[in-house]
Amino acid sequence: MKYGPLLFLGIFLTLASSWVGLTVIPQMQFGGLQTTKIEETGRDYPLNTWGAASKGRELYRANGCIYCHSQQVRPQGFGADIERGWGTRRSVSRDYLYDKPVFLGTMRTGPDLTNIGQRQPSVDWHLSHLYDPQITSKGSTMPPYRFLFEQRKIGAKPSPDALKLTGEFATPPGYEIVPTENAKDLVAYLLSLRADAALLEAPLGK
Amino acid sequence: MNSQSSPSLRQALTPSDNDSSPERKALLAEIDASCRRPVLFMFANGLLWLMAGTALALLTSYKMHSPNFLADWSWLTFGRVRPAHLNTMVYGFASQVAIGVAIWLMCRLGRVPFMQGGLVVGATIFWNIGVTVGIVGILAGDSTSIEWLEMPGYAAYILFIAYALIAIWAIIAFRFRRERHLYVSQWYLLAALFWFPWLYSAANMMLVIDPVRGTVQGAVNWWFAHNVLGLWFTPIGLAAIYYFIPKVIGRPIHSYFLSTLGFWSLALFYNWAGIHHLIGGPMPAWLITVSVVASMMMIIPVVTVAINHHMTMVGHFKKLKYSPTLRFIVFGAMSYTVVSLQGSSMAIRSLNEVTHFTHYTIAHAHLGVYAFFTMVMFGSMYYIVPRLALREWPSARLISIHFWTTALGILLYVVPLSVGGVLQGLAMNNPDIPFLKTVELTKPYLVTRTFAGILMTVGHTVFAVNFVWILARRRKAYQPPVPFIAAGLQQEAGAQLGKDI
Repeated sequence: MKYGPLLFLGIFLTLASSWVGLTVIPQMQFGGLQTTKIEETGRDYPLNTWGAASKGRELYRANGCIYCHSQQVRPQGFGADIERGWGTRRSVSRDYLYDKPVFLGTMRTGPDLTNIGQRQPSVDWHLSHLYDPQITSKGSTMPPYRFLFEQRKIGAKPSPDALKLTGEFATPPGYEIVPTENAKDLVAYLLSLRADAALLEAPLGK
Repeated sequence: MNSQSSPSLRQALTPSDNDSSPERKALLAEIDASCRRPVLFMFANGLLWLMAGTALALLTSYKMHSPNFLADWSWLTFGRVRPAHLNTMVYGFASQVAIGVAIWLMCRLGRVPFMQGGLVVGATIFWNIGVTVGIVGILAGDSTSIEWLEMPGYAAYILFIAYALIAIWAIIAFRFRRERHLYVSQWYLLAALFWFPWLYSAANMMLVIDPVRGTVQGAVNWWFAHNVLGLWFTPIGLAAIYYFIPKVIGRPIHSYFLSTLGFWSLALFYNWAGIHHLIGGPMPAWLITVSVVASMMMIIPVVTVAINHHMTMVGHFKKLKYSPTLRFIVFGAMSYTVVSLQGSSMAIRSLNEVTHFTHYTIAHAHLGVYAFFTMVMFGSMYYIVPRLALREWPSARLISIHFWTTALGILLYVVPLSVGGVLQGLAMNNPDIPFLKTVELTKPYLVTRTFAGILMTVGHTVFAVNFVWILARRRKAYQPPVPFIAAGLQQEAGAQLGKDI
């Protein structure tokens, strides 16, 4: 081969084809997807994350939760996501309209979190789990997020949102473990995670 | 020198053809001198990042089975050191060394000295500032959480500008080449140097700077991430293999036709394969199907290239005993075949159903980036550095330790972790097994991975020592080559300094 320009043309066209095919055309096809109204509740779906949950979303991003947790339920018959109770239906594009970035994930060292807000609605459970996953899930390899909590001397009266820790996890006498705003925001985000509304393109159970 | 008679067809087709005329010698000396500063500077920085990335890798691996280790400092939480490891290796080490190798190959094959070496050294400093800013950003909590693109936007700008300043000179070396014939390595290099900035800028525009909506991000993410391997590392790795195998064993590439077929089929298919990372995900079926098909089509370039390289090597395998370059390169070339065929198989839905979301994918990624690409880059550096530093590798023993620790290390990494990944996937798809069981059953494999990591760390350290040593060593008038076995090798290393293309 001698012809640099011809070679270059081929190099240009090959990547141009997949750039158009895998990014531009998807953008044209479903980049403009809109919210929809859920018939039974009359509410718009999906809703944007706001307030504490949207701050928690930033913590989820900053601390790389995606490296162990996916947020996508595979369809019935492909894997056992629905049988495991990770969702009542498969995930579809519309579930992610407001997500920047989307936390689809590619790894499940930990369970899928698409519907964690529905599956585990207890704030206390999440706080204990974040403080030390061994409290709620013995044998887990999830790291503790103690940096989202504060250990401090109990003041005039104990803080109302101090963690209730017992046994091997108990704090030294006179001290308490209090979640920081960050911990509360992250839990607010986790509780906001649910994609269980039946959609035209994704009826329940599939 | 420019006006010498053009080389014979045989010379043009094979870089292994040695012409020892004084003019040729002078030209090669001039080319190597012009590459010395920029290329050695890139290698040195690349190795610094390799050591940093190795430390982060060990930390990540250790945390994976001992989550309480260094857990109380947000900067060192698992979800930050893991992307810091990946980005250090991809942008600090692998890309930087790749650019160094690409520049040297471009100049050697085009028979043209490198221009503006000083400016490129400056741009390389800028690149390293970009990587530093990006890694610190990730550790500080500014990660984008977009796989393979975790560096925050402000670091991406720096990297892009630095890349443009460097790559433009490699392209200029190509444009003003004195050898008009294009060897197969040059096709791959030109393609990679052009593809990378397109991928990197398009992905940053569409994901970080002005994100597209919803799951379109997923498509862009995997179009990009898969292509960093497929259209950036792979072509540069293949360019090096195509150059060094014929070079070291002294015979031309088996088939020009297979080279052409391999190149164009790779260019056609690889870039469409990325969305198989989202099989089962919330994407339109056609998008995933297209990528599954492209992944299967990748068998064509992979088998083509494997046959071409193997047929070139046939009858010369005993040279692996003597040549460090050849040993690393052939290990890398074989890994390329294995990892690519494995990759195609992972796009088959029924296999993907099991292996997706498990450690199997992590093992596969390391087989690609490490066993293939990194080993090829090590081999290339063993050849290039003595020619630029004008002295021999000080210690053959260190080279040998480097090879065996990394080769065995990566096998000990990949094989057990793949087994663990499959078991994890099978357990995950059985709803009767509690999820925590899928975590527990992988632990022994994760511990094994840490041991493999320690082996590889030894190898990297030894290589870094040898590298510092060769640069610090006083130059002597003549030094014999350093083969693994003292007698028997004339081909390798510095024996022919200045004689070869």
